Amino acid sequence: MYWNPKIECMPKEQLKQLQYRELKALVNNLYSFNKFYHDRMKVQGVHPDDITGLADITKLPFMYKQDLRDYYPTNMFTVPNNEVVRYHVSSGTTGKPTLVGYTKNDLEYWTEALARSLTSVGIGPDDTMQISYGYGLFTGGLGLHYGAERVGATVLPTGTGGTERQIELIQDLGVTAIACTPSYLVHMGDVAKKMGVDFRRDTKLRKAVLGAEPWSESMRQHIEQDMGIKAYDIYGTSEQAGPMFTECEERKGIHIAGDIMYVEILDPDTGESLEPGQKGEMVVTMLKKEAMPMIRYKIRDITTLNEDECECGRTSPRISRITGRSDDMLIIRGINVFPSQIEYTLLQIPQVGNQYMIYVSREGALDNMVLQVEIKEEAFTDKLEDMIRLRSHIESELKKYLNIAVTVELKAPGELPRFEGKAKRVIDTRKLRGENKCRRSSHSCQFS
Amino acid sequence: MSKIITQLSIFVNNEPGRLAHIVGVLRDCGVNMKAFNLAESAEFGILRAIVEDPEDAYSRLKAKDVIVRKTDVIGVVIADEPGSIFKAADLLGRAGINIEYGYAYTGRNKAAFFLRVDDAAKAVRELECAGIELITDQEI
Repeated sequence: MYWNPKIECMPKEQLKQLQYRELKALVNNLYSFNKFYHDRMKVQGVHPDDITGLADITKLPFMYKQDLRDYYPTNMFTVPNNEVVRYHVSSGTTGKPTLVGYTKNDLEYWTEALARSLTSVGIGPDDTMQISYGYGLFTGGLGLHYGAERVGATVLPTGTGGTERQIELIQDLGVTAIACTPSYLVHMGDVAKKMGVDFRRDTKLRKAVLGAEPWSESMRQHIEQDMGIKAYDIYGTSEQAGPMFTECEERKGIHIAGDIMYVEILDPDTGESLEPGQKGEMVVTMLKKEAMPMIRYKIRDITTLNEDECECGRTSPRISRITGRSDDMLIIRGINVFPSQIEYTLLQIPQVGNQYMIYVSREGALDNMVLQVEIKEEAFTDKLEDMIRLRSHIESELKKYLNIAVTVELKAPGELPRFEGKAKRVIDTRKLRGENKCRRSSHSCQFS
Repeated sequence: MSKIITQLSIFVNNEPGRLAHIVGVLRDCGVNMKAFNLAESAEFGILRAIVEDPEDAYSRLKAKDVIVRKTDVIGVVIADEPGSIFKAADLLGRAGINIEYGYAYTGRNKAAFFLRVDDAAKAVRELECAGIELITDQEI
């Protein structure tokens, strides 16, 4: 099933021509009507006439998250205020929040992208979809809400919180699909168990569209085995509009609608373009964006691009699971560690539950990482020796996979914090560049 | 009347106030501890307790989301004199039964040494054959 087969299955060459036409129109428009990007093109010494093919995109200057802060709130807008129909604001873990403005057409491409994505995972008019993302300034709730309405699903706008009530509604209304963070779905699973609710037996919930924080393949397996819910990864950030792109039924990468977003993968050190299949930093250009530009935006997500045609028939390129944002990467004694790698390793260990916290501190000159891990109830024994052996086993698995020594602390089930919105599992208290301030590193900023 | 005693083993996080919290839950559940022992590592501990009516206490604690397990232990009655544990320990050793841990109990009528062994039923047989008295659940 396709929502928009003409574009979703468009031959690749034709898609590239379409992308070029969109890019050309976009650059002309920004050069004429957007002071910020006009100035930036001048500094770079590039004129719209220099863009004569899609490959010329590399001549254009980059945009950075810092630009959104420097031009806060509306100094980067291309359109007058009376054409802006909505704002979303990201939480902004450091410094000023970032604001994104939308024209009517901006909301239209966002909803269109979601309609294609939801259709590709088999969600349609016969579904009742619960939106358990936060509604409001966060893009997750409203984005998925309008996307699900567009495909004709019955939408249940629960937002976050009130987990027991949400589970009752899933039962009462025969909810078949849900959109939320993976950690919230796992939390729901825990609460349901306590209520005596078995998702397989007592509900019709079979599909989940999960995102807003990096999550691992092990988490997917856990959700599917434990709850009988097929989990799909969704990607999108507020700079792009919001959550937009998902895996299809094949689940071999996230389809990026090429007429909406153009993706480049660059070597994070040299800035050179990488071939499909090579892992690098994603740089995105939103081809239909009106209210504010997003050209060659350094989103800082690490991924690979796959241009092969998918078995589902869509020709759109796919990106691999976002293993982390380069901003999320922890450097522990000189070794790069993504929280998602830690999660992956932990969830492979059968005795380990699905909650953990990562604490990073500096002791003298050395980085120190402590991992608090909830163990499963059935893994608990009365023998200290067995428990210590389990702890050492977890430590050695982490050492094997991450190549760094981690101190593991075992915690009883239910002891660690639960998150209804985005999980904040990393607490980094190292002093950065002589700053005296503690930096609280959030696990991820996707959708933010 | 059973010579295999049910011990409750409870997971306790090793943080200030956690023991108070857990024994508070025991109190709220009306659980009376006859003997207990605490084993701890850096971040967690295991509270092992012999209680009145362990089945009932177990289900009450479970209902409060306490991480609790039932473990079989045996109680060797010991006399108030040097060497009274030796006979039992020596016998179990020669029978190839491993003692995981143990702790003492001085009851109203009898004193005992509670032992967690790898094979409780076999330990009971061996000790009884050698004429060593074991405490029963009703004597505690």
